[in-house]
Amino acid sequence: MPADVVVEMRNITKEFPGVVALADVSIAVRKGEIHAVVGENGAGKSTLMKVLCGFYPASTFRGEVLVKSKSCRFQSVKDAEQEGIAIIFQELNLAPNLSVAENIYLGRQPCRLGIIDPYKVQVDAQRCLHDIGLTIDPQAQVGDLPIGKRQSVEIAKAISKDAGILILDEPTSSLSENEIEMLMGLLAKLKAKGVACIYISHKLNEVFRIADTITVLRDGKLVGTGSKTDLTKSMVISLMVGRSIQDIFPKAEHDIGGSVFELRNMNLTAASTGLKVVRNVSFEVRKGEILGISGLMGSGRTELLLGIFGAYRGKIEGEVSVQGKRVQIRGPADAIRHGIYLVPEDRRLSGLVMTFTVSENITLASLDGIARFGTIDLAREYRLGERIRRDLAIKTPSLETPVPNLSGGNQQKIVIGKWLARKAPEVMFLDEPTRGIDVGAKHEIYNIINSLSRSGIAVVIVSSELPEVVGLCDRILVMNEGQIRGEFLREEVDEEKIMYAATVGA
Amino acid sequence: MSDAHPSLNARKDPLGFLRTQVGAGSLRTLARRYRKYAMFLALIVLWIGFQLLSHGVFLSTRNLALLARQTSITGILTIGAVILIVSGNFDISTGSVLGLTGGIAAILHVWMGWSALPAILAAIGVGLAIGAWQGYWVAYKRVPSFIVTLAGLMIWRGVLLVLTQGKTIAPVRESFAFLGSGFLSRPLGILLLIGAITLVAVSAFATRRNKQKYGLPVPPLATTVASTALTVLLMIAFVSILNGYHGIPVPVAFLILLVAAFSWVMSRTTFGRAIYAIGGNTEAASLSGVRVKRNLLLGFVIMSGLCALAGVLMTARMNAAAPTAGTGMELDAIAAAVLGGTSLSGGIGTITGGILGAVIMATLDNGMSLFNISSYYQIIVKGLILLLAVWFDISAKNK
Repeated sequence: MPADVVVEMRNITKEFPGVVALADVSIAVRKGEIHAVVGENGAGKSTLMKVLCGFYPASTFRGEVLVKSKSCRFQSVKDAEQEGIAIIFQELNLAPNLSVAENIYLGRQPCRLGIIDPYKVQVDAQRCLHDIGLTIDPQAQVGDLPIGKRQSVEIAKAISKDAGILILDEPTSSLSENEIEMLMGLLAKLKAKGVACIYISHKLNEVFRIADTITVLRDGKLVGTGSKTDLTKSMVISLMVGRSIQDIFPKAEHDIGGSVFELRNMNLTAASTGLKVVRNVSFEVRKGEILGISGLMGSGRTELLLGIFGAYRGKIEGEVSVQGKRVQIRGPADAIRHGIYLVPEDRRLSGLVMTFTVSENITLASLDGIARFGTIDLAREYRLGERIRRDLAIKTPSLETPVPNLSGGNQQKIVIGKWLARKAPEVMFLDEPTRGIDVGAKHEIYNIINSLSRSGIAVVIVSSELPEVVGLCDRILVMNEGQIRGEFLREEVDEEKIMYAATVGA
Repeated sequence: MSDAHPSLNARKDPLGFLRTQVGAGSLRTLARRYRKYAMFLALIVLWIGFQLLSHGVFLSTRNLALLARQTSITGILTIGAVILIVSGNFDISTGSVLGLTGGIAAILHVWMGWSALPAILAAIGVGLAIGAWQGYWVAYKRVPSFIVTLAGLMIWRGVLLVLTQGKTIAPVRESFAFLGSGFLSRPLGILLLIGAITLVAVSAFATRRNKQKYGLPVPPLATTVASTALTVLLMIAFVSILNGYHGIPVPVAFLILLVAAFSWVMSRTTFGRAIYAIGGNTEAASLSGVRVKRNLLLGFVIMSGLCALAGVLMTARMNAAAPTAGTGMELDAIAAAVLGGTSLSGGIGTITGGILGAVIMATLDNGMSLFNISSYYQIIVKGLILLLAVWFDISAKNK
């Protein structure tokens, strides 16, 4: 093995009852290398990383893990940590009620006879943050920090444990563009220090920007690996899906009609702080139009949608009109009744009932429609579930499968399907509809969105992925600090213009 | 005991725990179903064990009738407890509401001379009102249910003490006492049995046919026939044993009817579905248009209404209403629900499971009393069993 390879996995095979998650996968990472691992959901990327970081003990898989040429058999994550392997999961492992410094040294605070030395914790944390160029106050409470900074704290924590190999699992899925820039900078610094980094991501733009080597997994097998210079994006996409995606954003021609939804002067005031998170926002959407709302995290987009839907926790002011008529929305039930549907931002948190089956989630917004005198007609429920399953091509063993068993893409389809099970709305709002979803499933969701607009429904998409917004929408609004700072038509827009409006203003 | 894979089929057909079902089962769903069987098995083992140890007394028709009667009041409370815990809430005012409403019925009947039926209806009316009051605070004013019902536990007990001045109210007349100590005539019992058998058989095969129509997995015909036969056999055994004594005790009849009715409500009505959704993910339910507040309020009304019914039955059985009636029964109800598979984090649990839990607890009570084990030891044993059963469930889930 070449001298500068810090970690190598050889012939890793991992099976679960009924499914082979990894089949004979081998990968090698060199010192200071940023090695991206890409693949669709279910390709085995997370499983591979869990093998590497000790989450799966050595006895549960076949193959070898070598750190600096030494064969290792990890029984736990702690064992891997001893060898310098640290993993940063998508859901961060921090205690929000403790400070940055306390989090970095959680479990290994400098102490004497069990009494923590708080000053040493502070000073050490300060030094640790400084070493990687972070300007975060060590006394700040982690819960008050935005997600991007929290992630940096987690990385600092790993580095302070002398991690030589850092694994990042979908690190940018919850970050705004600014925060992604910060992360890229941080990774470059770590690279300069010789830290090897394994970067799991769906986002090829980032991968091609930051990675030195790209490895592609598909269905648990290694289908390709090469340096950034040898591979192109379309080659990687082909490898990932096993087919070439000609057009990631299916361009659909559709007619745009008159205005069906109008919002005037929405102001939202947060209950906890009394601050206005949405100021005087007004816009309209037309029949068959796909309107995008772009902006950074914290710009108020999600709150705006919740406010329109009557589900915002705080003071809601504003006038909503559907088909030219003023409507009163006091809660989600009212909004739904007037033909306004919402696919919320986090499907696990607010879109699906995880203790329910596929069919129960699909019919959740249509209970009155499948019931007679308050009694659910099981036949109607099955029929409805089956129709939606078929129309949206939801991959599931059966309608009675519990939803946690399904992949992210299929779960998202269920959330959308829940609304399609009802009669068509006037306007459908979707908040980050393709977050955490692989390329193939994204394509399917774009098709669904296009067919919605083709059938005359006004669609509003909130998205942080600029290529998605630019590729899919007829018109784009950009929000910044609770206000609309830019409006662009598809023909005249590009990502830079959006970014400018999102950060500076029109 | 939260589990992402409850025995979902148990919700669609309440007697599903008696049917083996092949099909879309993940490992965890199987562990759950296995748990219901394990509990049932534990019950059988307990019964056989007690039978042997008591030299044949335990399974005598007289004792079984007593056991059934002992289960009935806790069982009725457990129905409500399951509904509320599934919705993500608690009710610890159960015992106080039971005492108060039982006391009100007695006051109207004994002190004010009302005849049985109006007194009972009035008491139930008070129970429903209490439920509405408590539900209002929880659903509309967003006060945590634990606090609202803790306040209720104190307030309603206090009201009872004020009304009765601490005195026990007795005696209730025959017409009233019948509810607690009476029996259904044997022919009536048999009639109900036939009705129930028909219902079970028809629903078993209708569900099967429906599923087949939509391509959902069904067990082999032999299995459905066998499990339905088993259920029917158990029902026949149940009624025969009770009829062998004096007939089905009235409280037991109430319990069975309520269990059947509410199991159906929870698995087949929009209200039941809403409760499971609210408990499983309140945010998602609300954003899907489910009327969270309304349904929660109704849940509390049902719970306190059931408490009132239980209170009436308790007064009837004791022939008197004591100011301490019902003390601590909320814990029995919650323990039975949890033992029966209801998850404290909401969204998971069935009424039949809860009743199974209540039967197990009543079995322990009854058995230990038979052996003259002091009631002091009894609660130690019950507490330990509860702990072990929940632990077992959690560890089975993690396998």
